[in-house]
Amino acid sequence: MDRRVVITGIGVIAPSALGTKLYWELLTSGRTATRRISFFDPSPFRSQVAAECDFDPEREGLSPQQIRRMDRAAQFAVVSARECLTDAGLSPRSLDPARTGVVVGSAVGCTMGLEEEYRVVSDDGRQWEVDGDYAVPHLFNYLVPSSIAAEVAWDIAAEGPVSLVSTGCTSGLDSVGRAVELIREGAADVVLSGATDAPISPITMACFDAIKATTPRVDDPPAASRPFDRSRNGFVLGEGSAMLVLEEREHALGRGAHIYAEIAGFGSRCNAFHMTGLRPDGREMAEAIRAALAEAGRNPEDVDYVNAHGSGTKQNDRHETAAFKRSLGDHAYRVPVSGIKSMIGHSLGAIGSLEIAACALALEHQVVPPTANLHEADPECDLDYVPLEAREQRLDTVLTVGSGFGGFQSAMVLCGPEKATR
Amino acid sequence: MTVRTVVTGLGVIAPTGFGSDAHWESTTRGRSAIGRITRFDPGTYASRLAGEIREFQPEKHLPNRLLPQTDHMTRLSLVAADWAFADAAVEAGAVPEFGVGVVTASSAGGFEFGQRELQKLWKDGPEYVSAYQSFAWFYAVNTGQISIRHGLRGPSGVLVTEQAGGLDALAQARRHIRRDTAMVIAGGVDGSLCPWGWVARTAQGTTSTCEDPARAYLPFDARASGSVPGEGGALFVVESEESARARGVTSGYGEIAGYAATFDPPPDSGRERTLRRAVEQALDEAEVAPAEVDVVFADAAGVPELDAAEAEALKAVFGPHGVAVTAPKTMTGRLSAGGAALDVATALLAMREGTIPPTANVSAAAPEYELDLVLEPRRRPITTALVVARGTGGFNAAMVVRKPRGQAGPEAGGRDG
Repeated sequence: MDRRVVITGIGVIAPSALGTKLYWELLTSGRTATRRISFFDPSPFRSQVAAECDFDPEREGLSPQQIRRMDRAAQFAVVSARECLTDAGLSPRSLDPARTGVVVGSAVGCTMGLEEEYRVVSDDGRQWEVDGDYAVPHLFNYLVPSSIAAEVAWDIAAEGPVSLVSTGCTSGLDSVGRAVELIREGAADVVLSGATDAPISPITMACFDAIKATTPRVDDPPAASRPFDRSRNGFVLGEGSAMLVLEEREHALGRGAHIYAEIAGFGSRCNAFHMTGLRPDGREMAEAIRAALAEAGRNPEDVDYVNAHGSGTKQNDRHETAAFKRSLGDHAYRVPVSGIKSMIGHSLGAIGSLEIAACALALEHQVVPPTANLHEADPECDLDYVPLEAREQRLDTVLTVGSGFGGFQSAMVLCGPEKATR
Repeated sequence: MTVRTVVTGLGVIAPTGFGSDAHWESTTRGRSAIGRITRFDPGTYASRLAGEIREFQPEKHLPNRLLPQTDHMTRLSLVAADWAFADAAVEAGAVPEFGVGVVTASSAGGFEFGQRELQKLWKDGPEYVSAYQSFAWFYAVNTGQISIRHGLRGPSGVLVTEQAGGLDALAQARRHIRRDTAMVIAGGVDGSLCPWGWVARTAQGTTSTCEDPARAYLPFDARASGSVPGEGGALFVVESEESARARGVTSGYGEIAGYAATFDPPPDSGRERTLRRAVEQALDEAEVAPAEVDVVFADAAGVPELDAAEAEALKAVFGPHGVAVTAPKTMTGRLSAGGAALDVATALLAMREGTIPPTANVSAAAPEYELDLVLEPRRRPITTALVVARGTGGFNAAMVVRKPRGQAGPEAGGRDG
């Protein structure tokens, strides 16, 4: 008998939405959480907006020691892991440690902590031979971001397979895809999986400025993230984390757990083209979508909603529109497609898991979240992008996709609890 | 019926040698490559030794356009990938379009590149930061660059579990192969030998401060005082047995027969560590009894508490002095994401050559560990090897590699025997 994998708990830290409930309210309201950067003075940068979390680690229940040793990305992961475990009706004590795993995705790991510490040991870049006397003892944990997965595993007392996945902006899809494989192959019954990133720091802003990937729009921060809109001109950096309780289906049914969704299919491919560029034809993403649908045993016409990567760069939104047409055929013109980065920005690796969480919540509530700020569609982006307002709709099968630097293209198919429990 | 995963190509780039032949020559002779750091002046730091890859000239191996956009460790990994494909005799264009993937382990990304760009940002300003910074530093860089260089569009991945990463990446490759992918290039090549990387890596407190290369890294020795970082690693062409056969490959280096990963509870929890379980599960999956294992390539932390924990796990599975244990990484230092990958390469070469390479510089294992630690090259037929790896924080992984079928019988005599 094949082992199937269901989502039984969701935990979220998102801009303007700490916690799953607030997250879903934000996504369905069509409000946006993008603003002028407040973490540092953004005026020397080309792009000056971001979607920031008003996150107070102490208020979120972390101890002084945890706050001291963990980078912000790790703090997000631990707090959202706790929420998803509680949401699933589980606690560290109720889990069998040997049968519990953790897979966390992160594109840039502890980059904020690294930059802060770099400034200290290098005296703001004055010294090439940096001064180790000023290094904090947990600097190694910033250097190697598997420390984030370790923090989550310690917090929930997991002793099964634990790892960090770092495939750029598809990290959050690929980590959950890997977690599903671990459960299917029998290496674990429960895996906490998701992704976290806290990249809003000068070095990240500077490196995206250098390739003009982020938007230079500074006048109207709430309207800065504009996927599929004709006037879009780059993405808006975000931060956050989503963690999910993934559980073997019989295990979940046996304890009467609430099931949000089943993860029915996953596919990933590489474009082997360019570290940051995309071929306009969307072939590799289309292939990842086909693979995910095939694994799920679904046809293109079965897809009721597509959560797009929708980063709001010129090339991404065209690339992905082409990929949908290539993989879904005529159905691409009928299925609603929306981009929630319009509201919460692009939190690099974290966003893939935030989008899986959004899909699970869409299935739960039978509502499609909208694409905010979409007033005039790009003629080359000619699908139904659910502009501005959420839409109530019957949903059973949803598709979410991601695309990242390095050429990674990933796709995941979720289906509602009705099918999952049969 | 589970698909068998075989290794058909090796690309080794290590302090002990460019290419698997040079690496094997040094390793089997117990020749250590650990020395004082030359890449930067280590004089002001407490630890000054590393396993460096000396005299690497990237421009001899890679096109010019790749040089400004790559960190040192990415260049090393691109060369290792080229060698692995050449060794496996994979013809470009002879594999299905989406049929080959890339899975690499990473620990710190292109950190030296990152230090240079951080310096530009803070010393000169944001407009001086390189257009390549967005991908030259990040952890996925080696997978992405290898994919582009060889046109590989299959399922890929990047894993970070510190020193355990090399095994986890190979296991992830095997997962892709079991599912539907014909071939994956997988493993780990790592390194962050720059001042900022050095300060961050040694902040962990397990790096030896001994200045004598022959005494700095002595795992399982009563004098153990920490380890030495190094750079390099190995990449492998792994494929389904069917794919290998279809290409006319009859033997290959060996099969990835078993694997498991576990995670340790926090040190203050009072709960038992989980390395033993990882080893037992890997053996179970390979359907190998402990007595059938010919050699264990140990993690060999070089820190007394961690050496004791590993010795205890091995004793629990194999019995006191129950199996030959070796740590050739005493000659390269610990390579983080490259470390366990290089151990797998060395294990495969040891099987081919019928020689267990030694643990360098250690004069005797501390008696309380009850280990059969291999201190001199030991000639014997090897059909099954176990590779053990531990990543900082509690990551454990164990992998069983086995001689290719049809070559299972003892084979005495290597080519230099």
